[in-house]
Amino acid sequence: MPSFVNPEKCDGCKALDRTACQYICPNDLMVLDKNTQKAYNRDPAMCWECYNCVKICPTQAVQVRGYADFVPLGASVTPLRSTDSIMWTVKFRNGNLKRFKFPIRTTPEGSAVPDGGFESKGDLSSTALFTEPASLGLPEVHGLNTRGDAHA
Amino acid sequence: MPNPEVIVVETDLLILGGGMAACGAAVEAAHWAKQNGLKVTLVDKAAVDRSGAVAMGLSAINQYVGLKDGANTLKDYVDYVRNDLMGVTREDLVANIARHVDSSVHLFEKWGLPIWKDEGGKYVHEGRWQLMINGESYKVVVAEAAKNALLGSGVGQIFERVFIVGPLMDGDRCAGAVGFSVRENKVYIFRSKATLTAMGGAVHVFKPRSSGEGMGRAWYPPWNSGSSAYFTLKAGAEMTCQEVRFIPVRFKDAYGPVGAWFLLFKSRATNAMGGNYMEERRSELEKWGPYGRVKPVPANLRNYLGMLDVLEGKGPISMRTEEALTKIAEQYKDDPKAYQKKMKELESEAWEDFLDMTISQAILWAASDVQPEQKSSEIAAAEPYFIGSHSGASGAWLSGPEDLQTGETKSEYFWGYTNMSTVKGLFCAGDASGASSHKFSSGSHAEGRIAAKAAVKFIVENNSLPKLDQAEADKIVAEVLKPLETFEQNKKLTTDEDVNPNYIKPRSFMFRLQKIMDEYAGGVTAQFSTNKAQLERALELLAFLKEDAEKLAAANTHELMRCWENVHRMWQAEAHVRTMLFRDETRWPGYYMRADTPQLDEEKWHVFANCRCDPKTGTWEMLKRPIYRIFEPQAAAK
Ligand SMILES: Cc1cc2nc3c(=O)[nH]c(=O)nc-3n(C[C@H](O)[C@H](O)[C@H](O)COP(=O)(O)OP(=O)(O)OC[C@H]3O[C@@H](n4cnc5c(N)ncnc54)[C@H](O)[C@@H]3O)c2cc1C
Ligand code: SF4
Ligand code: SF4
Repeated sequence: MPSFVNPEKCDGCKALDRTACQYICPNDLMVLDKNTQKAYNRDPAMCWECYNCVKICPTQAVQVRGYADFVPLGASVTPLRSTDSIMWTVKFRNGNLKRFKFPIRTTPEGSAVPDGGFESKGDLSSTALFTEPASLGLPEVHGLNTRGDAHA
Repeated sequence: MPNPEVIVVETDLLILGGGMAACGAAVEAAHWAKQNGLKVTLVDKAAVDRSGAVAMGLSAINQYVGLKDGANTLKDYVDYVRNDLMGVTREDLVANIARHVDSSVHLFEKWGLPIWKDEGGKYVHEGRWQLMINGESYKVVVAEAAKNALLGSGVGQIFERVFIVGPLMDGDRCAGAVGFSVRENKVYIFRSKATLTAMGGAVHVFKPRSSGEGMGRAWYPPWNSGSSAYFTLKAGAEMTCQEVRFIPVRFKDAYGPVGAWFLLFKSRATNAMGGNYMEERRSELEKWGPYGRVKPVPANLRNYLGMLDVLEGKGPISMRTEEALTKIAEQYKDDPKAYQKKMKELESEAWEDFLDMTISQAILWAASDVQPEQKSSEIAAAEPYFIGSHSGASGAWLSGPEDLQTGETKSEYFWGYTNMSTVKGLFCAGDASGASSHKFSSGSHAEGRIAAKAAVKFIVENNSLPKLDQAEADKIVAEVLKPLETFEQNKKLTTDEDVNPNYIKPRSFMFRLQKIMDEYAGGVTAQFSTNKAQLERALELLAFLKEDAEKLAAANTHELMRCWENVHRMWQAEAHVRTMLFRDETRWPGYYMRADTPQLDEEKWHVFANCRCDPKTGTWEMLKRPIYRIFEPQAAAK
């Protein structure tokens, strides 16, 4: 299966014009069945188990069942992603549970400022990129003779 | 998709792809475009938030030079890359990325990527060049800055779910690209003054070890299918290092990362007899010239020593997790509390390494009740991939920056605009650019920025829209859509859509390509070994395949994308086979072995093996280009 959809939980993203899982899958695998209004993975053999459909689904309808050709049955790995952290629940085949929580970003969603607050003063012909040298933390961009030990 | 709408989009800079390099390009281009009144258009086959190799996240930033702290010099990085690539690298390109990469990393941190810090506020390193991160949202954060830059400044537009098929040309200048939407009934003609290719590397050119449902579990993501290589080849660009594939050694089957185990936990890998191939086979390193003597041992040579064990029947090779963890425990034997704390920390680090970038490995460990403190886990060499940004080197042959040339290199490595290919107006970055490996996620981002700035300069100095030959464009559009038509015309001949005498579906086509490459071009089944006769046979079979590519059939736009992905893979395959055939020596033994020329031939082959396919005639030309040093050789490699 790799990713699969629990029909009881999937609400087809409430018939919005695009479903969340279809929007995000990097391999164009998740589609909505027009008749049942439920999503499914149309080609599990091309799934990377990247979990993007799992993380984005608003109803937690998408899960992953490890690749049948080499993964024993019975385990599950389930994320719960918020705006600043992700919580993972790992269930072992023997029933053991482990939980891990990791931060995912340090700034509010949507707030990334392209220049990161670094000054831009270069011109189109210089070697400096638009935030440089400030974003390097150096007085100038290195050349062959500053930090290079180049041939003369 | 009957009679799709054909939409013409005119722009100044066209960025193809939405991965690390393309996002770097977008951020940089937006600034210079605004200053110069230009428009920028970015096109990704997926959603930029989660596209490319970083779609799942990463647990480390693999290139950080630490220039501001004087931790390393540009030369240090160049030495590392040159040695790892067995002497084959463009020092000007590597140094250029190295002098800018820290800048991208500092931006990632400002944008919100959590980079680990120690108590003194310094970055926590995994190895000399690698920084530890909480990288689940790495791509989301980098994409956000790119989108804010393009859309916030008003200079840009972004097309998602548009698959780029190939280039548009105006004589010897790139004039844009042709693609189609996988969501709407639309074909796109993008006209541009400069085009920046950053569509990643390629997987599934070779048969993967996994089968059936698990086929998508390659180390490299199944959605990068050689579009960069196809695009640049079709434009007539000279290509380099097409023989330099990458084979990672990872935890077996799920391909989970081993970096944390080797570097952070100082784990060893041993064979079935408990022997350590890195020690027992040390003398083998002597055979590989100066490169066998450098530290760290080049990745392909490390692979090779392990492969020799497997060939001798000494597998499985195991990562000795239990031994590494016991050793750590011993350090704390007098302080059980500190030990508990340390183990909890390590356990969390080990699992995060998987959960951030190879969740399948976490599933596999959980499903097999693995307790790493009790039992070792198997590692294995994966199948070959094309990823010029990582430890491979395949990509287009590019102009380096003028200020990093010497008198000797300038005539060979410089032709006007940094990161421009040999085709006018066609720029490359990330996996699309060759002979500049070990740039990874951060260096790809920095290289995207470098290329974008140069492309804007090109536009300002060549500010005219290349001509669109309408007849030619119509022809290309028809060609792009042909698999849909082939399907419609022939589908009635069979009760099974997939088996038809007049066409081939993309999946079967992919299997055929993979079988050729696996068996004749040094895949897993062939134990990564090939020879002249095998490669010539591969070319014969690829020629049939290329003819049959005309008969690819697609029932819908999703399959149409699969058709073109596999055509792209086929071109990557052909460039690879031709270049392995051309280089009659063995230089990267743990990546592939030319069994008929099993040794390094430094005198004849310490050169770049380049190739070019003439877009008009379809004939291939193989070329040798000299390797010149810009930095003084390291003592060991003299
Ligand atoms: C498993 C794995 C682990 C890695 N681990 C690390 C790590 O720990 N640290 C690190 O620094 N680096 C790591 N890397 C390397 C890093 O991911 C790459 O170096 C980097 O992503 C390369 O950037 P890129 O822009 O060239 O390609 P990508 O980031 O892969 O982007 C390619 C883009 O092109 C788009 N595309 C492809 N084809 C088309 C088409 N036909 N039309 C339109 N768009 C298209 C894709 O959708 C995507 O947006 C890892 C890579 C892999 C595969
Ligand atoms: S995102 Fe979830 S709820 Fe929405 S269609 Fe997909 S599976 Fe169903
Ligand atoms: S796990 Fe990833 S590749 Fe698989 S269906 Fe979900 S989003 Fe697509």
